[in-house]
Amino acid sequence: MTVTPERAASPAPGTRLVDLFEHGLDAPICLTWELTYACNLACAHCLSSSGRRDPRELSTDECKAVIDELQRMQVFYVNIGGGEPTVRSDFWELLDYATSHSVGVKFSTNGVRITPEAARRLAANDYVDVQISLDGATPEVNDAVRGPGSYATAIRAMENLAEAGMRNFKLSVVCTRHNIPQMDAFKEIADRYGAQLRLTRLRPSGRGADVWDELHPLPGQQRELYDWLIANGDKVLTGDSFFHLSAYGQALPGLNLCGAGRVVCLIDPIGDVYACPFAIHDEFLAGNVRQPGGFAEVWRQSELFLGLREPQTGGACSSCSFYSTCKGGCMAAKFFTGLPLDGPDPECVRGHGEALLAGRPEDRSSIPRPSADHSRTAKPRRAVPVKLSLTRPDPERRPVSACEENPLAGLTL
Amino acid sequence: MTVLDLDRAWDLHPQVSVRPEPFGALLYHFGTRKLSFLKDRVLLEVVRALKDAPSARAACAAAGVPDSDLARYGAALGALAGSAMVVERTSA
Repeated sequence: MTVTPERAASPAPGTRLVDLFEHGLDAPICLTWELTYACNLACAHCLSSSGRRDPRELSTDECKAVIDELQRMQVFYVNIGGGEPTVRSDFWELLDYATSHSVGVKFSTNGVRITPEAARRLAANDYVDVQISLDGATPEVNDAVRGPGSYATAIRAMENLAEAGMRNFKLSVVCTRHNIPQMDAFKEIADRYGAQLRLTRLRPSGRGADVWDELHPLPGQQRELYDWLIANGDKVLTGDSFFHLSAYGQALPGLNLCGAGRVVCLIDPIGDVYACPFAIHDEFLAGNVRQPGGFAEVWRQSELFLGLREPQTGGACSSCSFYSTCKGGCMAAKFFTGLPLDGPDPECVRGHGEALLAGRPEDRSSIPRPSADHSRTAKPRRAVPVKLSLTRPDPERRPVSACEENPLAGLTL
Repeated sequence: MTVLDLDRAWDLHPQVSVRPEPFGALLYHFGTRKLSFLKDRVLLEVVRALKDAPSARAACAAAGVPDSDLARYGAALGALAGSAMVVERTSA
């Protein structure tokens, strides 16, 4: 993934921030924390395959202990998501706890709980930022992906935030084949509510893997998006998620670095720590906040994270003249499309990913599946056969009821 | 670039958090949501010394900055003032 600082300050001459970050930091700059897998929506591209709550989710006290630890580590802020984080009954309590312990909160929501009262509360807290998710500038485009009524819910939430005086909250859009022609319209919506537009990349993570082939931007659209981003500069945020597009030429604003395990990571609702929010798979699992040593130990000592902080080789990309700007693209995008991690991004703008995608087995059997699926429609991952031994009832014997008191009931001598 | 008057008193903005790192420090401004960094530990000492120093020049001296490096550190402080990480201290 994607790094955080939405607007990194210009580094002093001779030192690039990105070079320092490649070796990792003592603590993440920010991290993504998914508070629950529960969600009122069922977006087709949900990167965490959310829907139902997981019974193992961290309790209120466990969440507060994590916040205490983040405060000690001086993590500047957390990106809270889910699921829909606001459906947790202790959401507001945790929000206040974090911001009163010097941990800023930026949370993503579909807007379902952003009532006028909630909006006023948010507007009054300087340490909170809100991201409203909307994936179409029209109800038709949005609701096709995010579900019926979700456009209206998001618009109402933005009205409430604007009305409450919340300034510069974020309108967060996942760029798809269907909404790339709507970029100017998104900008108008953001401007209307005093919000800032934030565009992110569609990843083949979670349920996103199932719809990626149909939704990811076409090659021509990638160019269209790149040109639009260059034209709009740092007025539009991207969470650094389009660094693979930098191979078109001029680098996009931001760090242009995969921050996984170096400057960012994910804590999932059950406390599992993954290298990035788009990589919920055992291969990227570094540990759990419940283990001795907590989150700090996972961040500082896990083999996985230490490995990600080693210098990376470009593999198949090292001979490409654009490797220094795109760095081979997104690890999660490669992994969940079944491409080698040391090769090109599936959406490599030089076209090197397309040939690899075309060469995958027809049945897609080589593609890893996410380790967790909380979709409401999800069936058990592995159907275990139930062993039955069929016997013919003995017509001579009366059926034995569970309430039969005689210890010899049913015994044929 | 903002020119910072070394003979005035300065301080970190109250909404700025400073986190030491092996290479220097990271700064985060909760108001502007902007991230910045200090590229060496001496600059971190200078920034920390601002609060109690009568001037930025005195803060540099307290952190052991030689006169020959004063212009360089002044420029770094100027950049921080330009992004509101460092603000002029008004007499309370």
